[in-house]
Amino acid sequence: MTTWKKPLPTIAGETLPFWDACRRGKLLLQRCGRCQEYQFYPRGICSACWSTDVNWVEASGKGTVWTFTVTRLNRDPGFIEDVPYVLALVELDEGVKMFTNVVECNPDDVSIGMPVEVTFVRATDRVTVPYFKPVA
Amino acid sequence: MVDLRRGAAIVGIHEHVTRYAPDKSELQIQGESVVKALEDAGLTKKDVDGLLTASSSASDSALNLADYLDMYPDYLDNTNVGGASFEFHLGHALNAIATGRINCAVITYSAMTRSGGLSMGTGAAEWTQAGLVPSPDSFEYLYGITTVGLYALIAQRHMHQYGTKPEHLAEIAVAVRKHASMNPQALFRNPITVEEVVRSRIISSPLHLLDCCVITDGGGAVVVASPEVARNCRQRPVWVLGTGEAAAHQGAGKRDLIYTAAKQSHGPAFAMAGVTHDDIDMAMIYDSFTITVLEALEDLGFCEKGEGGDFVSGGRLQIGGGLPINTDGGGLSSNHPGMRGIFLLLEATRQLRHQFEGTPRQVPDCKIALCHGTGGSLGARHSGGTVILGRD
Repeated sequence: MTTWKKPLPTIAGETLPFWDACRRGKLLLQRCGRCQEYQFYPRGICSACWSTDVNWVEASGKGTVWTFTVTRLNRDPGFIEDVPYVLALVELDEGVKMFTNVVECNPDDVSIGMPVEVTFVRATDRVTVPYFKPVA
Repeated sequence: MVDLRRGAAIVGIHEHVTRYAPDKSELQIQGESVVKALEDAGLTKKDVDGLLTASSSASDSALNLADYLDMYPDYLDNTNVGGASFEFHLGHALNAIATGRINCAVITYSAMTRSGGLSMGTGAAEWTQAGLVPSPDSFEYLYGITTVGLYALIAQRHMHQYGTKPEHLAEIAVAVRKHASMNPQALFRNPITVEEVVRSRIISSPLHLLDCCVITDGGGAVVVASPEVARNCRQRPVWVLGTGEAAAHQGAGKRDLIYTAAKQSHGPAFAMAGVTHDDIDMAMIYDSFTITVLEALEDLGFCEKGEGGDFVSGGRLQIGGGLPINTDGGGLSSNHPGMRGIFLLLEATRQLRHQFEGTPRQVPDCKIALCHGTGGSLGARHSGGTVILGRD
C-alpha cells in the first residue's frame, strides 16, 4: 500500500463512531431523538433543537450531486498529482449535504443531480474515507 | 433600537501603496498606515483610545500591535471573521463610540501574503482548525478543498439553478479591471474583455483565472471618531449610517448554500441608515471571486435572487452605470493580501470625500456608499458585514 499523502481527520469523542463505522464499510448519520432531524457533520448536540439525545443511524449511502467543481490546481502535496479531480457536495437521500470527491469516473462526466453512492477507501489502519461514485 | 446613525465618522484613512514588500513586517505596514491615517485626520497617538485589528498570521494580533506601537487602548477588538472583519470592526467601533466608551478608534490590517509565497487560493485552505474536535475541517480537508474550489461549488450551483453564464461573471471582472486602469497603484491595469476572461484557464470549474482575485502584500488603516472629535478633524467626516453583520455556514448539512450572509446582514444596515437601494450611489463589494460579487448583489437586495447575471450586464457596475462598484480596481485587479475588507472602507471614503473630483474615477455626486465584506468561503462557512456610509 502506498503512503497516504492526503490530510487525515482529527478523530476523537463525538466523531469516533463515524470513523469506526467507515472502517466497517458503513456510512453513519446522526438523527435527533427529540426533533427527528438528521445532521452532518457529527456532533454531540442536535444543532436544530439543542437536545443531547442524538443517535447514530446508518445512512442509505445514496444521494445526488448537489454541486461540484473540477479542481485543476491544488498545490497541496496530497492532491497535486490528483488534478483534475471532482470536489463535490452530495445531498444524501436523508436530506443532508456532505463534502466528498466523486471518484471512479471521468471528471467531465459529473453533473448536478447525478445519482451517486458511497464507496470506501482505506487510508491508514485507523482511517477509512468515504467517497462517492456514480450509481452503476 | 438606539439610533446610532451618525454616531461616529471615518475621519482618517490610509492605504499602504505596497503590493510587494518582502523587506517589511506585517506590524511595520500597520504602524506606517496608522501614522498616516492619523495625519490624514489631523489627530495624534494620544487621541486614540480604541484599537481594532485582525490578522491571518497571529490570533492575538491586537495585543501584538498594541505592544509594537506602545498603545494602551481602553477598547480592544480582535474580531477575525476573515475578509469581512473590518466591516464588523467599523460596526463595533461605532457601538463603542456612540455609547461613550471611547472617542476615537483605529482599525488596521496588513498581510504579507505575496512575499510569503502563500498558495492562498489553490493550496490547502488556510483557516484550518485542526485543534478543534469535532472540527468541521475533518470532514472537508480530506477531499482537497481549496479556497477557489469552495467558491466554485457555489458558482456551479448558481449556473445550474438560474442559468447564469460564465460571461455574466466575466462582466464583473471586466468592470473592476476598467476601474483598476484608473488606479496607478493597482496591480493589474490593462483593460480586459469578457472573451479574455472566459478564455483564461480554468482553476476550479467554472471559475477561470480571471474570475479570481490577485495575491499581494498590503495594508491600511481607518480612523473612526465621535461627532465631537470629527468636527475638529482635517477631513470632511464620512458618517457611519448603518451596519449589519451575519454568519452563514453548512447548517448541519441542511442550509440552502445558494444564499449568502448578505441576506441577513443588509436588512439591519439599511434600516439603521434609513435609506433604500435607490439611494446607494456606489458600492464596494468584496470580490475574492466574481461569484462573490454576483451573489452579494442578489442577497443585498439590489436584484432578485437568480437575476444577478442580467443585473451585472450592460456596464451597470462601471462608473457611469447604475451601480458602480469597486472603483479602486478591487481584489480582482488592485490588491488582495488575504482579508480585503479594510480596502472597501478606504475607497468608499475616498469616493464620499470626492477625492477624485474632475477625474474619471470619481462617481459623480457621490453621497451614499455601501460596503459589503464576505469572509471565509461561500461553500463552507462565511461572514457577511454590511456598512452604509454617507457624506454631509
